[in-house]
Amino acid sequence: MADGVKIEIVSPEYLVLSAEAKSVTVPGAEGYFTVMGPHAPLMSTLRPGFVTVVDPAGAETRYFVLGGFADVNNGGLTILAEQARPASEFGRTEIEARITAAQEALNKAEGVDEKMAAQAELDQWKNLLLEATSTGVAH
Amino acid sequence: MPSLKDLKNRISSVKSTQKITKAMQMVAAAKLRRAQEAAVAARPYAERMGQVLGGLSQAYEGRPDAPRLLAGTGQDQTHLLVVATGERGLAGGFNSSIARLAREHATRLLAEGKTVKILTVGKKGADILKRGLSKHIIEQISLREVKTLGYGTAQEIGEKVLAMYEAGEFDVATLYYARFSSVISQVPTAQQIIPAKFDAAEGDADARSGSAIYEYEPDEEAILEDLLPRSVSVQIFRALLENNASFFGAQMTAMDNATRNAGEMITKLQLSYNRQRQAQITKELIEIISGAEAL
Repeated sequence: MADGVKIEIVSPEYLVLSAEAKSVTVPGAEGYFTVMGPHAPLMSTLRPGFVTVVDPAGAETRYFVLGGFADVNNGGLTILAEQARPASEFGRTEIEARITAAQEALNKAEGVDEKMAAQAELDQWKNLLLEATSTGVAH
Repeated sequence: MPSLKDLKNRISSVKSTQKITKAMQMVAAAKLRRAQEAAVAARPYAERMGQVLGGLSQAYEGRPDAPRLLAGTGQDQTHLLVVATGERGLAGGFNSSIARLAREHATRLLAEGKTVKILTVGKKGADILKRGLSKHIIEQISLREVKTLGYGTAQEIGEKVLAMYEAGEFDVATLYYARFSSVISQVPTAQQIIPAKFDAAEGDADARSGSAIYEYEPDEEAILEDLLPRSVSVQIFRALLENNASFFGAQMTAMDNATRNAGEMITKLQLSYNRQRQAQITKELIEIISGAEAL
């Protein structure tokens, strides 16, 4: 049994990453999950967050992904994201801009459903900021 | 018969035209390479998306609870034609062949008593379709300010189309663009984007065969609903990239032809210039000799 997992991160514009990894942690819509070695077929939508790729040598690389889905099958793990780039290119200011935008959307929202959606969006970005700060990704 | 001076002027003007077309050809060739790379780089995403959606949507075939983007509105009275062309001309038949395909379809739909709405992307398509179909054009999107074609551009167009669909402004959307098959051949293509149509998942079948049942998170329906709108943007993005590559391909071919024609023209003009010069010299000699003989 192979130990690693083949990971591909694809954005609409280009193939961001194609490599062998020891494990990959993915921000699924219903929580983080980690794929190691052969995994049962799974398909999950993504929420904005960081994908952590641990290469066979044990080094971690993070990628920021936004909107899309992850597909785990025999061939490995494929992440299709509307935006995907190395976390090092992703600054703190960007998350803060998103938070401001989400806050504005919440202020403008009318009706329960819209408010709930806007609040969820805002929380999502706030959590992401916390996470980015604690892991030292964004600066 | 043009005079020697006229011929000389004409030759030099054709020469400068040739220089321009030659330069345009080289610029188009350089841009084509980049556009082609972009189109190739975008392929994996679109293909994976198509495979996954193909697999998912098969399960919903013919079911009444299928998402609207997949099942359609149940009628096909109002058609939206999204016509993607270039921003510039001088590319042979590139713009007009896309516009012609769109016009044919529009005319046929109108003859069947359907309502036609046209959304043009790129200035040239709008210019051509304005003749005869101007009252059907509902919006024109210009890509003139767009330097490098990014996903964001396609997303904006996609969201616009989706918003119109949500508002019930059309039932069927078709995208017109030129598929890039090679530098000398670009195929005008019509592709239906709403309701979504997918090829039966061919590649996906191998990946899935032997694998156990897929687990979906959140669930199949939610994933499908999340992906279908994205897929519209992805298809538009892909079409724009293909179009871009096709445009430069067509421009390159057109400019290559123009350069060759200019070369032929120069040879012909040069020939008649030389003949005339010779005739003139002969004439002058005769004049001198007969003058000398008369003495």
